[in-house]
Amino acid sequence: MVRGETQQDPLNAFITLAEIPPRAPGRLSGITVAVKDNISTRGVETTCGSRILSGYVPPYDAHVVDLIRNEGALIPGKTNMDEFGMGSSTENSGFGPARNPRDPERVTGGSSGGSAAAVASGMARMALGTDTGGSIRCPAAFCGIVGLKPTYGRISRYGLVAYANSLEQIGPMALSVADCSLLMEVISRFDARDATMQDRPYLPRLDGDIRGMRIGVPAEFFGEGVDPAVADRVRKAISVLEGLGAAIVECAMPSMEYALAAYYVTCTSEASSNLARFDGVRYGPASDYKKPWHEAFQEVRMQHFGPEVRRRILIGTFALSAGYYGKYYGKAQVAREHVREDYSRLFQEVDLLAGPTMPTVAWKIGEKSDPLSMYLADILTVPANLAGVPAASVPCGTVQGLPVGLQLTGRAFEDELVMNAAYAYEQGVKA
Amino acid sequence: MTVPIGMEAGSAVRETAGSGLAAVEGGRETVIIGLEVHCQLNTESKLFCGCSTDYRSDPPNTHVCPTCLGLPGSLPAMNRRAVEYALLVAKALNCRVADEAEFARKNYFYPDLTKGFQITMYNRPLAEGGYLDIEGDGAEKRVRITRIHLEEDPGRLVHMGTPDRPRYSLVDYNRSGIPLIEIVTEPDLRSPKEARRLLNGLRTTLEYLGVFDGDQEGSLRVDANISIRGSERVEVKNISSYRGVEKALTYEITRQRGVLRRGQKVERETRHFVEARGVTTSARSKEQEHDYRYFTEPDLRPLQVRHWVEGIALPELPAARRERFTAQYGISPEHARTLCGELRLAEFFEQMAPCGNPLLAATWVADTLQGELNYREMEIGKVPPARFRELLGMLCRKEVTDKAAVEVLRRMLDQCLKGEEVQSPAQIMEKNMLGKTAGDTFTGIVREVIAECGDAVRDYRAGRGEALNFLVGQVMKRTRGRADPKELTRILREELEPQGT
Amino acid sequence: MVSEEEVLRIAELADIGIGKEELPPFTRDFNAILDYFAVLDRVPPGEGWKAGIANVLREDRVTPSLPQEEVLALAEAAEDGYIRAPRVM
Repeated sequence: MVRGETQQDPLNAFITLAEIPPRAPGRLSGITVAVKDNISTRGVETTCGSRILSGYVPPYDAHVVDLIRNEGALIPGKTNMDEFGMGSSTENSGFGPARNPRDPERVTGGSSGGSAAAVASGMARMALGTDTGGSIRCPAAFCGIVGLKPTYGRISRYGLVAYANSLEQIGPMALSVADCSLLMEVISRFDARDATMQDRPYLPRLDGDIRGMRIGVPAEFFGEGVDPAVADRVRKAISVLEGLGAAIVECAMPSMEYALAAYYVTCTSEASSNLARFDGVRYGPASDYKKPWHEAFQEVRMQHFGPEVRRRILIGTFALSAGYYGKYYGKAQVAREHVREDYSRLFQEVDLLAGPTMPTVAWKIGEKSDPLSMYLADILTVPANLAGVPAASVPCGTVQGLPVGLQLTGRAFEDELVMNAAYAYEQGVKA
Repeated sequence: MTVPIGMEAGSAVRETAGSGLAAVEGGRETVIIGLEVHCQLNTESKLFCGCSTDYRSDPPNTHVCPTCLGLPGSLPAMNRRAVEYALLVAKALNCRVADEAEFARKNYFYPDLTKGFQITMYNRPLAEGGYLDIEGDGAEKRVRITRIHLEEDPGRLVHMGTPDRPRYSLVDYNRSGIPLIEIVTEPDLRSPKEARRLLNGLRTTLEYLGVFDGDQEGSLRVDANISIRGSERVEVKNISSYRGVEKALTYEITRQRGVLRRGQKVERETRHFVEARGVTTSARSKEQEHDYRYFTEPDLRPLQVRHWVEGIALPELPAARRERFTAQYGISPEHARTLCGELRLAEFFEQMAPCGNPLLAATWVADTLQGELNYREMEIGKVPPARFRELLGMLCRKEVTDKAAVEVLRRMLDQCLKGEEVQSPAQIMEKNMLGKTAGDTFTGIVREVIAECGDAVRDYRAGRGEALNFLVGQVMKRTRGRADPKELTRILREELEPQGT
Repeated sequence: MVSEEEVLRIAELADIGIGKEELPPFTRDFNAILDYFAVLDRVPPGEGWKAGIANVLREDRVTPSLPQEEVLALAEAAEDGYIRAPRVM
């Protein structure tokens, strides 16, 4: 297996190139759908971008993989990602960073950077990504494509290697809203194996008619840290929506103050538990069974987890530990409820919220070296994950030649409305 | 599990304050014991996946799937029947079912644990605050139940090498994900014997409910908290048999008393029970840290099942059955207790009772049969009821002596053990010359003895009565005790009568 | 402010190895992140986050398990149907 940048894959969009054939003809016949490498594929290595899973070949397919193969999709391979989804640039991949098709010196965004690069460069028509705190929307924005983080509970997580169970969803990525919507329709079929899923399949409604729709614009979405050029670009996009008949409402979302902290406490806590199973006993690179257990276990984790993963395991362990649980994990769950309440309150007044997906455009590979500055880049995407509401990123032009994403957030289970507004914008700009 | 900090702290102290008991009972320091009892529930499939629970006779790692192996991306799906079974237990143990219960992750790392955490219940258990009445010394004793919750069993480890030179472990994950119910008692027990009785009571209750099979190897595991009043509490883990509980606690009490006698302090610690040696050993510090970082299991939804309880009809429980047995069959309370102490024994007895003489049936099932079964370490389930009923019928009709019947029973049980088809009592008696009416068989032996013991015969005929006893003894010897002595005496007398008179 | 000793203790609890040379940068990043988390002190009181839906259960039905060969093939070391693991004694 050749990994890294190759002639076939100059952007390092894929960790594994492997043609997984369709099982039956259907709505995705003739369509290539790249699959993020944290989604289980029977018989094809699934690494989550981590060395600790190199060589792990799952004996089962994720529910979404079953669904797309049964609808005729061909899977060209497993896409690159930040290790276990922990990152916003795909630089944290255990198999080298992915490169942005718009500028190979820049990051794709992450963690579904490989999926975004594959779609933006035409290596796949569509892709499945996963979004825990922005991991679909961020690379969609940075690479200039469409991505949707569905409502929590709308897509089965069966076969998605858990990073932060209560936050993440699998979602579609594509060049156009229509493609993204089609893929969403296919993957939203009910699966009883995921107890957090609800049987409320996505029924696309792309007529582009947003007349009378009320769109809220929270001031916090344009707060500190948001590049003025990006803000300007997004405000122009919002005025396009206004031009299409939507009413724009200025509003406030005070819980944004602590949303990011609540997010990082929650995801690292869950991750510290989720990642404990990689002990080299049942699968993956073996632990040295001649050593005592704790020594062998530590050794496997030290050797095969990257630094960001180990850092997050440490933080999460700390946040859940005796004496700190209340101050961190407990508090984060309260904060989370406030974020949700903020959305509920806002969605009584408006149908959608709009703002930038990311505070900046794609940065240069290696530019952000300290972890916290990377975390801060997620400030605009994490609230939707905390509340479980749907959010899409749709391209809205460029700043210095680099794509900018417009983020649209809707009520839970109104992914259709979010996608229709994205469609209206996309078509409106074209016209 | 370990009770949340704050709940457990000083439970022994709280108990002291509440009960107002003297620090010394019966001349010795009071022993305070609380148990955490884990029982495997006999559902068809595992707690969170569809793998079969019927794994005991199968090769290792053949009852596993992505979920119970903890493969990346797998998810748990809660078994409805496991919840229903736990509710049955909660109701039978008089517990209050929670409005909302939820599963949590207990994070610790061990190779038998496939996910690096165990899915269990923590601060929101399924039920709390019940009790079970057990046989006490004298009157019945009420043992309070703190809580009941569900959790998954880890896999099974086999240690390779020797304790001095351990080499590596082998793991079988067939047991991984088997549903366990954990029942935690208040520290109400005062002796190893009481602890054993509580366990028996729990086992019987769970068996009556049809949710547990105590005969299955490893189906029960116990952790015990034990202290001598005024001293620190020690947790003894890893007790996996009914007898083990009594042994472990007895050992631990002796050890703790020894420590106190030497003027030292009992340390608060976790110890392991080593069944083979009958001792407890101190667990290493790593396992004592006990920071399990519990948090709500995000892959499962909470349980709001309190309203299900009203719809649950409890079957007849041991206490009720005991009362019915004494009333309906007129048997003694002691027999009723023995018979009802084990579901299968009670059921077996009820199949025997119609033989016409329930008192006789009770004696034979509770005393004779039980004794023979214990001697053979055999389970009542293996005894063919029809054959035993035939034997009882013959006893009722006095067609067999008690002694011969015991002999027949032993042969029947031996046939069971060997896996042979069990013959009818009549066949066994015939084959082994156990016939009560002696008939030709014994007459033959009697004649042999008369022919061989000329001196004794002469003495008898000379009027020395004790010579008859000698002759009876000789015959008994040759029939290996199967003959009824009274009957033999009659036959001997007949045979010794001068012919033709 | 969390000390290097505290970070070591957490690393031990997490059972995640930490190299001597890694400790200072890990501690520095750790503290920067915890400083940021201090914003949680300003969260107004309230109930914790709740999922809302209850009683998601499946029926007690047996479904096929994986073939033993497949299970053992995933593990790097197997012996007589068992999976080998480091010693715990």
